[in-house]
Amino acid sequence: MRTDAVLKPSDVDSLREAVRQQPRVWPKGAGTKTALGPPEGAVVVEVSQLRGVLDYDPAEFTFTALAGTPVRDVEQLLARHGQYLPFDPPLSAAGATLGGTLASGLSGPGRYRYGGVRDFVLGVRFVDGQGELVRAGGKVVKNAAGFDLAKLMTGSLGRLGVLVEVSFKVFPAPRACASLRVDRADFEAAWGLLRALYTSSFDLEAVDLVPPGTVWVRVAGRPESLSTRLQRLRAFLQGGEVVEDDSRIWEEVREFRWVPSGWTLVKVPVTPRRVLDLERELVPTASLRRYSVGGNVAWVAWSEEPAALSGLLARLGLRALRVLGPPGPPFLGRADSDGFSSRVKQALDPAGRFGPYP
Amino acid sequence: MDRARVLQGLRTLYPESRILTRPAELAAYESDALTAFRARPLAVVLPETREEVVATVRWCHRHGIPFVARGSGTSLSGGSLPVPEGIVIALNRLNRILRLDPEERIAVVEPGVVNLDVSRAAAPFGLYYAPDPSSQPVCTIGGNVAFNSGGAHCLKYGMTSNHVLALEVVLADGEVVRFGGESLEGVGPDLVGLFVGSEGLFGIALEVTLRLVPKPEAYRTVLAAYRSLEAAGDAVAQVVASGLLPGAVEIMDRLSIEAAEAAVHAGYPEDAAALLIVELEGEEPEVEAELAELLEVVRASGAYEVRLARDEADRQRIWKGRKGAFSAVGRLSPDYLVQDGVVPRTQLGTALAEIERLSRRYGLRVANVFHAGDGNLHPLILYDGRQPGQLQRAEELAGEILRLCIRLGGSITGEHGVGMEKRQYLAEMFSEPDLEVMRRLRRAMDPGEIANRGKMFPVPQKLEAAAAS
Repeated sequence: MRTDAVLKPSDVDSLREAVRQQPRVWPKGAGTKTALGPPEGAVVVEVSQLRGVLDYDPAEFTFTALAGTPVRDVEQLLARHGQYLPFDPPLSAAGATLGGTLASGLSGPGRYRYGGVRDFVLGVRFVDGQGELVRAGGKVVKNAAGFDLAKLMTGSLGRLGVLVEVSFKVFPAPRACASLRVDRADFEAAWGLLRALYTSSFDLEAVDLVPPGTVWVRVAGRPESLSTRLQRLRAFLQGGEVVEDDSRIWEEVREFRWVPSGWTLVKVPVTPRRVLDLERELVPTASLRRYSVGGNVAWVAWSEEPAALSGLLARLGLRALRVLGPPGPPFLGRADSDGFSSRVKQALDPAGRFGPYP
Repeated sequence: MDRARVLQGLRTLYPESRILTRPAELAAYESDALTAFRARPLAVVLPETREEVVATVRWCHRHGIPFVARGSGTSLSGGSLPVPEGIVIALNRLNRILRLDPEERIAVVEPGVVNLDVSRAAAPFGLYYAPDPSSQPVCTIGGNVAFNSGGAHCLKYGMTSNHVLALEVVLADGEVVRFGGESLEGVGPDLVGLFVGSEGLFGIALEVTLRLVPKPEAYRTVLAAYRSLEAAGDAVAQVVASGLLPGAVEIMDRLSIEAAEAAVHAGYPEDAAALLIVELEGEEPEVEAELAELLEVVRASGAYEVRLARDEADRQRIWKGRKGAFSAVGRLSPDYLVQDGVVPRTQLGTALAEIERLSRRYGLRVANVFHAGDGNLHPLILYDGRQPGQLQRAEELAGEILRLCIRLGGSITGEHGVGMEKRQYLAEMFSEPDLEVMRRLRRAMDPGEIANRGKMFPVPQKLEAAAAS
């Protein structure tokens, strides 16, 4: 079997057929997460032809679309009705698909306010390791019937099934946005701000910390109250420069345009308190960092071989996902194996068609 | 294994004082908040440590004895109904908050911790635990996790599943596993998301890491009275369409208003056919700006009386009536069944009109008090269990409502879970291949199917008939 074989099923039945016929299958959307390549010997199954919005009633604030639908298409459709995806999907301008976004479990800086992709997915249809088409969850905003396989698929990297269809809830888009940029003399002072914001009652869209000492805060809501809210925030932070036209700034962040070409970008889940330990370890290295979601995610861009980064993260007890850069094993840092996920894998893909469990 | 051998085995794990076996002791455990079902377990054990829970599960696995984990027994779907040939593991004594870390905004708790106690412990730090089922003064986090409990404030911030970060679990064959982490974000498949809402079919949560959120700076709670239930339902659609994102949108119908008024004197307008409660929450200037628009929308929606909660005490009174509505309706009738099906929000009016029609056809009163903003209905079907045939009629009516929800594109349960009550209807919502994957997952965690046996999965019709006879 050649590793570069590519199948492009045009419908669900041919996708099921492809899964049944191939011993090793690796689903692919638009391929925007360049570091997440196929496992050795796998036939690439591109779901790009399974695209299109199947169901969208703006009054319902939910939609259902095929997994290969570009996120950008959906964002444009929603925007026409004053709605948006509050988890702020990354790489949508680069062409990311809904299925790829869910399967990689990635959310952008705006997930600070209402939650990540796992909090907005309502239901899925996927092809399991035996080629069966399986539906889970639903299309309504609240649903507790049956096991929540839609959440399980979040971050599953195509190793548990091939996503065919996804349903999401959406929210009304804020009518006005602005950001505050606050600079501090050193990282520790900026980190202190980040942590103060984290336990405050301000309703913030995004809180990012960029070394050496800049905190970016995004506020959104009604235009008539925005300037008052910014003033209150400036008083709390003792300063800060208001940036009114901020959509480009956040798009740069969401698209990872700050990451130099060819570098490896990893997502490191962390907690606000531990951000300082991580930064101290990373300062002497050839890396760029951005601490997002109030210090719950570290995005680390790394110029060299990822092995050294993996060791550093493991020493701190952190685990990371490769996102951009040369393909390789998806996870870095602390090794994780639990009896729960191996059983899940066995139940959904007993023949191991979607590759070994990472 | 006969009863004597089971008790003998349990005595190797527990002192006599923590094994309940006498009929009078077991009576309290025979049923949960769904009182239509009763079953007497062989015994109830009262573990005090996680090691005892693990040892009990391992013992059950070794001997093929079914077990049901139980918190406060507030399940409305029969989720903690005992199994006659099995035991109940009552987790109320595992009620320690192990760690409260306000700076990281997390609480690590044992499964028997009461929902509201988490918020109480977090309150001095300006934080709270958001999911607020009406039973929150008594229901436990373990039960909330098993059934993915909701509440009135799910619209903006979701259900239990959206607030659990990590779990330590003993699977049904005795293996102890940990997954998730303290960060809001993770990598790899969302195992926490799979476990929450698995209805006790995988095993027992031993330790739960919860996300805490800062208390909103301000609330504005609006109460609007309508001349018809449908008008209130339509008002919900208008509020949602306006682009406002309230923390809660609730409706009560005439019957539930009367009951709540009689029980807690919430000060509701008693002549209303329906009440709409909308609560805004957030930063003071934002909430103030939203309120102006909300009042405009509500007034234009045909409300004949609109009130704004004057202060926190007034707000609490409004919510007390709403949250006490189930037990209040209980005063109107010896028995009731509660359904919690979900319909697309644009179908609320249709669903309510159809429920009204069904109520008349079956000759049974139905009270409606529900999470309108989520499309999550809560019809309370009133019946008298002492009247021959009434329970059966009530169940048939409940079944028709569930099918209505499926037909309208919704779900058979929004937050109570499938449990014992709705298991036959799961097969109407999902196809056989869908259910087969769920069964494979169940058997992967619990090969002997001893954990909460008989719940969620439809049983073959023949067995069901045999059990009923």
